[in-house]
Amino acid sequence: MPGATPPRLSCDWVSKSRDVLQGNLKKQLPFEEVLDHPLKPLVVTMSETRVVKLRTVGGSTTSSTRSSTPTPTQSSTTYLMDPLGAALEGTDPLSQLANQQKLDPLSAMAAESWVEPVEGKRGKENVTTSVAMDDGLRESWSSRKAGILCKFTTSEKLSIVTSFLSGGEKVVVKAQSSMVDKVRTRLEQLDDFEDGSVRQMLDLSQQEYVGRIEQLNTELVQAWHQDQRVKALKIAIQCSKLLVDTSVIQFYPSKFVLITDILDIFGKLVYERLRTKSDYYAPGSKVPTCLPENFTADMVPESAKETCRNWFYKIASIRELVPRLYVEMAILKSYSFLTSGEFSQALLRLTKMIRGIGDPLVAVYARCYLCRVGLSINSSDRVYLRENFYDFLATYTQLFSPSIRLDLSLQKVDLSTYLTLYTPALDYILQSVAHEATEKTLAEILDRCKQKCNSALLFNTIMAAFKPAYIAARATQFVELLTSCDDEGFPKYLLFRTLGLCLTLADPPTEHCLQILNDVWKIVSKLNDPAQYISCAEVWVQYAAKHLSTREVNTFLGDIINHMSGGRAYENHYASLQTVMERVLAHANDFETLLTMDKFLPMLDIFQKESVKVEVCKSIMLHYTKTYQYQTTNDPVITNALMFICRVMHDSVNALTVEDEKRQIGNLICSFVKRVDFGRDFEQQLSFFVEARASFTNLDVIHAQLVQSVNRLAVETRCIVKGHHTRKTASFVHACAAYCYITIPSITSVLMRLELYLLSGQVALLNQCLGQADACLKAALNLISDVPKMIEVDGKHRSSEPYIVSYICNFLSTLLIVPDSPEQGVLYLTKGLLNVIQNYSWDHQSNARSTVYLQVLDMLSAASQESYPYHIDMVDSNDVLYGSDPKFIAELNRMCSVVVEEILNHLKYLGANEHYQKQSSLALELLIRIAVKADLSKPDLATLALNLWNLAQKHGCMDIKLAVRTTEYLKKKFSGSNEDVHADFISRLKIKSHGKQ
Amino acid sequence: MAIQLDIKLKKHNKIYSEGENVSGVLAILSQTDFKHDGISLLMEGTVNLQLSAKNVGIFEAFYNSVKPIPLVTSSIDLAMPGKIPAGMTDIPFEFPLKPRSGRSLYETYHGVFVNIQYVVKADLKRSFLNKDLSKSQEFIVEYKTGITGLITAKPEPINFKISPESIQNIKDKAKVPRFLVTGHLDSATCCIGRPLTGELVVERCEVPIKSVELQLVRVETCGCAEGYARDATEVQNIQIGEGNVPCGLAIPIHMVFPRLFTCPTLITNNFKVEFEVNIVIVFQDDHLVTENFPIRLTRF
Repeated sequence: MPGATPPRLSCDWVSKSRDVLQGNLKKQLPFEEVLDHPLKPLVVTMSETRVVKLRTVGGSTTSSTRSSTPTPTQSSTTYLMDPLGAALEGTDPLSQLANQQKLDPLSAMAAESWVEPVEGKRGKENVTTSVAMDDGLRESWSSRKAGILCKFTTSEKLSIVTSFLSGGEKVVVKAQSSMVDKVRTRLEQLDDFEDGSVRQMLDLSQQEYVGRIEQLNTELVQAWHQDQRVKALKIAIQCSKLLVDTSVIQFYPSKFVLITDILDIFGKLVYERLRTKSDYYAPGSKVPTCLPENFTADMVPESAKETCRNWFYKIASIRELVPRLYVEMAILKSYSFLTSGEFSQALLRLTKMIRGIGDPLVAVYARCYLCRVGLSINSSDRVYLRENFYDFLATYTQLFSPSIRLDLSLQKVDLSTYLTLYTPALDYILQSVAHEATEKTLAEILDRCKQKCNSALLFNTIMAAFKPAYIAARATQFVELLTSCDDEGFPKYLLFRTLGLCLTLADPPTEHCLQILNDVWKIVSKLNDPAQYISCAEVWVQYAAKHLSTREVNTFLGDIINHMSGGRAYENHYASLQTVMERVLAHANDFETLLTMDKFLPMLDIFQKESVKVEVCKSIMLHYTKTYQYQTTNDPVITNALMFICRVMHDSVNALTVEDEKRQIGNLICSFVKRVDFGRDFEQQLSFFVEARASFTNLDVIHAQLVQSVNRLAVETRCIVKGHHTRKTASFVHACAAYCYITIPSITSVLMRLELYLLSGQVALLNQCLGQADACLKAALNLISDVPKMIEVDGKHRSSEPYIVSYICNFLSTLLIVPDSPEQGVLYLTKGLLNVIQNYSWDHQSNARSTVYLQVLDMLSAASQESYPYHIDMVDSNDVLYGSDPKFIAELNRMCSVVVEEILNHLKYLGANEHYQKQSSLALELLIRIAVKADLSKPDLATLALNLWNLAQKHGCMDIKLAVRTTEYLKKKFSGSNEDVHADFISRLKIKSHGKQ
Repeated sequence: MAIQLDIKLKKHNKIYSEGENVSGVLAILSQTDFKHDGISLLMEGTVNLQLSAKNVGIFEAFYNSVKPIPLVTSSIDLAMPGKIPAGMTDIPFEFPLKPRSGRSLYETYHGVFVNIQYVVKADLKRSFLNKDLSKSQEFIVEYKTGITGLITAKPEPINFKISPESIQNIKDKAKVPRFLVTGHLDSATCCIGRPLTGELVVERCEVPIKSVELQLVRVETCGCAEGYARDATEVQNIQIGEGNVPCGLAIPIHMVFPRLFTCPTLITNNFKVEFEVNIVIVFQDDHLVTENFPIRLTRF
């Protein structure tokens, strides 16, 4: 390029000495006192309408906005020590959530039923619903449905008789007698199957059966929408007929759910059609609309009433009792079209009519449906609910009648299974009775139930239905009742389980707590079946943990171990045992006593399957970190126990462990390591860290944490001796430094190693361990070339260059104060770093290498000063060591020259590749460095600087404003000195306008 | 092409009583204009009696059916011969509901041998090339309050006790299982609009019960030249107990009287319509015990 002087490719650097300290002082902003950590979240509580800002950016306005009256309180208590570490503490919120609710409620219930396949107890759910039943009574059914469907299943073959499904074999219905009486057929055609169309489907599996019912459901809706309402009614009738059949009795509750769903739909269809089809003239309006949602009977037009009446007449003529009842209940809501006060009467009438159903199971489910329908209608009258329950009581002896027993033996179902079939319906009925009921009701019902024999089923329902507080108040009475129940029928362990659930929700009188547990356990501990035993134990352990002292819990755990170890029973009940642990942990307010219990660790040993054991260990650690957020411990028993637990977690990590799991375990162990504190006994602390390193060899995080902790220990030691190490402390900090140096290589992540080496080097330096510091820094230097080109940040791949640049900068500022080792040459480490920079494969496109070189220039220029801007107390840096020896300065200048040359080379490269923008900015940067830090009185340097100035402007890439500002800056910089060189230099910096190009 | 005739009565439930006006519209729907030779409307109410083959010979039953007894007849011409435009044409009409002289109106009743029916019938006459069109619409007649001679329902409870001793008409008393069923009907005279109620208690029973049913029976009597015929047939059968009914618990007796197929008990010179209720207890082995209760139905 003609006209432009190419910059010289070499120069002889001569550093200028500056009054750095003074410059530093000038730069400092005024100090201001702050009250909070800038990284803490800002939580302001206001007691006035005036907005009080506690902290604004930079904290500069704190004093001005603080007012005297409102006292803003910062809630920092929720935070762990380090706000950034908080996210890493324990587990992240997502996995925590996943841990807490391992399953959604439905599958949880399914899981429960899977664990205890025979029993029909949904105590947990029941008790909780009865607590929060308030308005949810009506909705509670839908939540039960799924549970029932999961619980009551069968592998027996089922059959359906219907005329609305294709497939299946035809059955010959007894031929209708050739009656001339068309009237008769007309009346009865509703419940008779259409001739020849009846098909009986035999040998259906449960799955198929459910499918058929679904099909009937769609068929009904379809028929309805095709205006075949009689057909829809017939389907409803046929469906309810299926409820008479108790042949596969275990499936009956599920069948009930399926079929009542259809009936509900039918009822809704009828109701909605009546409502929308009736023309209603709103007062003052001539346009007919359909009835509003909350209509009253007198708003209903005559035509709609007539249609409605027809429905009820039609249903009243259904021949069979059960379908007639069910279909009437289904459309009961439509009574509101006729009169408003009919409900309570109709409900009572239906309650009575159900008495005609001979099979107690069919009857109780019909009652359940009645109560459900009754509750769904806004009727304040609740008399019928209690009537239903009393009617059930009246027929209670039937459950144990010989004919039922005969039927059960034919179906090969035992009595206890049979009784559990009653629970869903009975619980629902009694819960609706008990809803908002007083204690008097409980006493009354209890009295009535006591008179029955075999009343275990009833007691169970009572406990599940009434408020736990009522039950708890009578706990001793209940224990007596339950104890005296004879074993016939309802399984006893379920009774005690339900009682336990009540008592964990509400507190029995304190003076009886222990007595109750003793009485209950007399019986429970006699249970031979581990499944039954543990299902009680998992409930009662919570009771013990909540109401009683650790001693009792300990005994309890011992009892569990005894029961569950026999014949390796624990293998099948890990889930329950896990809950036992969870509950003990949840109620342990004192972790120390918990860990000192002699049955706690043996209890842990019962989890033989590793995955489960690790889960339990994790939850223990989680509870530990939660309860001991700030506290530290040095109790050997606790430390040993936790060490053991952590080791279990650690040892579970292998090559197949997923990243997230590793992270969780790592964080838990780290939090444990952080919480062990032996106070001033640093030796022991270090030996603990040594032990920890030996135990946890697999996880990077832990090593990193250990190195950090040891470094911290070293710094604390220094603080205590105030920098004057005795022989003993000196050897201790040496040991710390050695520990770090040895530990770091076992970390796999290069970046982590780099950071830790630098940190350890700094700490070693701080503790006057010069050799160790050198070693660490050297190790770091060797490592830089291993840094991968791409690193993963937040799941995205990024170039590692920015990181390297910033790391080297950090490194450089440390190097400034590292004294040269007598065995090595001048600035041995810095030269090493330069070599590393030289050999590192930088991206040619970026300015990274030049940026680093610019920083090196900065550092070298600082090193050539007479006294360095910062020092470490008690450590003599090179300024003292060399005392600005000319040889040393010359060496520095030589290095600078080499560096400048490298930069110039890069400038040339950029020019050749037409990266003018980059070239311009780099040239400007270098210019400033030279102008400020080099001796401009040397003509070489001044010329170079001028050349750079021209180069920066050459391709019009430099903003004129920037150019102006740069000259301003330089003028200001030079204003202190009186030398002409500077004024001369400034005057030669010409700003080219763009037009000249 | 199709011309549709429809008779729409003003009252949705189509229930009228003596003295009221039966009013409504004759709705004619046609795609095109058409000519007709006059539209007439006829209202009539008749009692049809039929002899059952059981009482008289099959041929007599066929041929000798008793002549219908007209209760009310009146007719009006709705339109003179002329033209009906395309689209919907509504022609309103009104009849006063008055019995023929010497007769009185009975309630609508659909039975087997006795039928009491009221219809409005429209006839649209057309030229001989086209078929005449007709359409009939039944309406229902109920008694109104205040007619002299009407019996009103009042509680006349009937208590019953069914046991092996109370049954007649059995051959071998020893074979009958021992049982005792007690109960009551709330009244022997029932208002037709309200259900039949009562209670039944199975006090004890040796064998399991399969079903407890309530059977409503109509008893129709027709007088004719040869004497009279009396036939009892079932109207409906309602189950009130299903399966092995619990002992000692009162089971409600509850039956809604079906409309049309029942009417207030009617006794006239020529025919009678009466009702009975049977309580049927079916045992597991399909043996059944029936107890009969004659009841009287009233409108009010």
